Amino acid sequence: MTNIAIDAPDSIEFLMGNEAIARGALEAGIGFASAYPGTPSTEIIGTLAQVGKELNVYVEWSTNEKVALESAAAASFAGVRALAAMKQVGVNVAVDFLMNMNLCGVNGGFVLVACDDPGALASQTEQDTRLFAKWADFPLIEPATFQEAKDMTRWAFELSEEVKSIVILRGMTRISHGKGSVNFGKLPQERTTATFDTSFPFFMPMPVLFRHQMVHDRMAKVKEVFESSPFNSYTGPDEPDLLVISGGSCWLYAMEAVKVLGLEESVGILKLGTIWPVPEQLLGDHLKKARKILILEHIEPFLEGELKIMASEMQFPEGPPVFYGKRSGHIDSMGEITLDVALKAMGGILGISLPERNTDYRNKALTMIEQNVPPRDLTFCPGCPHRATFWSIKNALKLDGRDGFVAGDIGCYALGAGPAGYFQVKTLQSMGSGTGVASGFGNLGHLDFRQPVISVCGDSTFFHTAMPALMNGVHNQSDFTMLILDNAATAMTGFQPHPGSEVNAAGDQVFAVDIEGICRSLGIRVEVGDPFDLQNTEENILALLEDGGKVRAMILRGKCAQVKAREGEARYEVHVDENRCIGEGCGCARLCTRVFRCPAITWDGSMGKAKIDETICNGCGVCADICPQSAIVKEAA
Amino acid sequence: MNRNGPLNLIITGVGGQGNVLLAQLMGKALVKSEYYVTIGETYGPAQRGGAVMSHLRISQVMEYSPLIPDGEVDIILGLEPVETLRVLGQYGNPKVAVITNTRPIYPIAVTAGEAQYPNLEKIEQLVHELSSEAWFISATDMAFSMGTPILANIIMAGALLGTGLVPLKQEEFLPVLMDNFPEDKRELNLQAFVKGFDLTKKRGEV
Repeated sequence: MTNIAIDAPDSIEFLMGNEAIARGALEAGIGFASAYPGTPSTEIIGTLAQVGKELNVYVEWSTNEKVALESAAAASFAGVRALAAMKQVGVNVAVDFLMNMNLCGVNGGFVLVACDDPGALASQTEQDTRLFAKWADFPLIEPATFQEAKDMTRWAFELSEEVKSIVILRGMTRISHGKGSVNFGKLPQERTTATFDTSFPFFMPMPVLFRHQMVHDRMAKVKEVFESSPFNSYTGPDEPDLLVISGGSCWLYAMEAVKVLGLEESVGILKLGTIWPVPEQLLGDHLKKARKILILEHIEPFLEGELKIMASEMQFPEGPPVFYGKRSGHIDSMGEITLDVALKAMGGILGISLPERNTDYRNKALTMIEQNVPPRDLTFCPGCPHRATFWSIKNALKLDGRDGFVAGDIGCYALGAGPAGYFQVKTLQSMGSGTGVASGFGNLGHLDFRQPVISVCGDSTFFHTAMPALMNGVHNQSDFTMLILDNAATAMTGFQPHPGSEVNAAGDQVFAVDIEGICRSLGIRVEVGDPFDLQNTEENILALLEDGGKVRAMILRGKCAQVKAREGEARYEVHVDENRCIGEGCGCARLCTRVFRCPAITWDGSMGKAKIDETICNGCGVCADICPQSAIVKEAA
Repeated sequence: MNRNGPLNLIITGVGGQGNVLLAQLMGKALVKSEYYVTIGETYGPAQRGGAVMSHLRISQVMEYSPLIPDGEVDIILGLEPVETLRVLGQYGNPKVAVITNTRPIYPIAVTAGEAQYPNLEKIEQLVHELSSEAWFISATDMAFSMGTPILANIIMAGALLGTGLVPLKQEEFLPVLMDNFPEDKRELNLQAFVKGFDLTKKRGEV
């Protein structure tokens, strides 16, 4: 990866968007950065963590997004430039604190990078951070290119200090996880110092009404700054047949579509980088010059709505222009904006046919692929402890026989809702919510609810937001079983440390918070087990299910298979004894391949037997324990 | 490169095959040679057995958007054969050139016995039918013979450059490649690259 800490002004580097954001923050001279990991935002802090010590920047992985924002706020209060980063759903967690910060104001420049994920490529929602900015009265900007990702981040700190407000930079999957050329600027030479001025101003929202007015005055000032921002620009004829207003990262698609259609002489593109508050003067001037307006923006018809409000207050001698976008149906109301989306919308509005693609080829290709190419579904890795855990959950719930189920949570184990986890997970929402939901199910006994409920959560999720839900259950005498799937990793996002880890973001050795100790301090029954020990796990879960009327917990400790693979720790060497495997004749109905579904066990149709792919087998040995014929053999490695 | 639009290259494979690294190194080398390069990537849940795809858009004129439109790929570098086919289905056209590894990584539906994985003969037939030229490289087997399967992506990088389809010379790519590895890994990676390069450098003879 590129070293984002090099002091080489004007050198052109090839960067991931998240690296460009991190570089922008370094050029702005930040002294503090915090985040909870979440795709597509993770690499911002991941990159900063690698260079933090060298450049005297404190970098932390926080327990959750709200704490990340709070701790970064302290740095800002002390006059230090601070950055907090999170994925779009992380903003939901941080929003309680965020809503106070508009009234409190800031001291050192304070930037919140919130990465939206159009198409929900790696998210449980498709939500638009711009609505938060409007709701909470924060300036929001959105880069269109990798260069802007860096430049706008740097500028956001200046703006934040100028108007004394958090500035939100809206990241986007295709920018954050894309790569392009970025021209470096200078790194600051002077060293920041942190001091909290106890005389004035104080950082609190009171008096609320006075400060609420102040926020509105501030936003009027921001609007003025945005009117002449170099991040807004126009390309095209003076009076275009069609004006495309592109919000942030849609700009590259708009430019490319105009080029593909050869409409440079008739279509204009207004590139808008400063999104909220909308620069009304600038937009108004452009609205007057075109009769047709297409708004290209990711996720919600946000600018489309704002433009219509503006237009309703403007005078148009020939009547108002026609607006096209998500509300008019010219652009789908969900999913990513792509070049094809832009082309289709422009073609439809202007009544021009799009460049023909070879439909004969396409139909032939799609048919051939459909007939010959197997799907590639997500599943747990070979040797993943979650597969073993869900196997035990499935068996325990079946033996229990009261139609029990799992309230799921966010992490790799969300795959428990599908075949990878034997369809055991029946509810799935946000971080930590499985245990909160279980706590509610467990208090329906007075209405004759008799089904046992299991909540699952990972170690990082336990610290993030599951702990309050667990305590809620204990205090309110709920009835459920919590399984903490402790794989010693924030695996989904790439193994960031959490409070249970022995190292922190900076690589320092730290005290590892003990999940078992926390659970025991609640006075509840706590079991600890090894998920790869199927018999013991199943018996324990069954016993916990039967021990009803209260909250009880089991911690299943098994290292993430990815970590084990890296450490080269295999427990067993596993192979199939061909003489014992009798395939379809067994009566097991191919339990190992068809049901257990570890990718390292393959059904060899020609042989009519199972076999182990030794190149990907992780040596957990679980499959040997499920084979009714004892045909899968494990030997200590 | 003398063309109107960008050169569209897709590198496809399965999580863990080194797809993202390869795209990054290619992009870096092309930028050093003064091309505009934009990469768009899909790899969110790839660690859990999913497909990974890197879109590279290479131009001397302008910065392009990060996604290649359907039907518009020029070159597919496939690290896994059915992923190569999947990309052909969505992004292919009669002019596309394909360089693909032949070693399968079976999807879970195949290991579970619910779906068939096409045999190599069938894969070659489909690729030939859907492309203008194609190279089939047993990169994983070659990498195993060099001691470790992780070299397969470097062999494939060599094969791609050997075809001459990407405007990048060996001497422009190798410094970027070498720079990425610690001293003790450089010789082996160089050997892997050269192995791949030699396979395709005389076009049409493979």
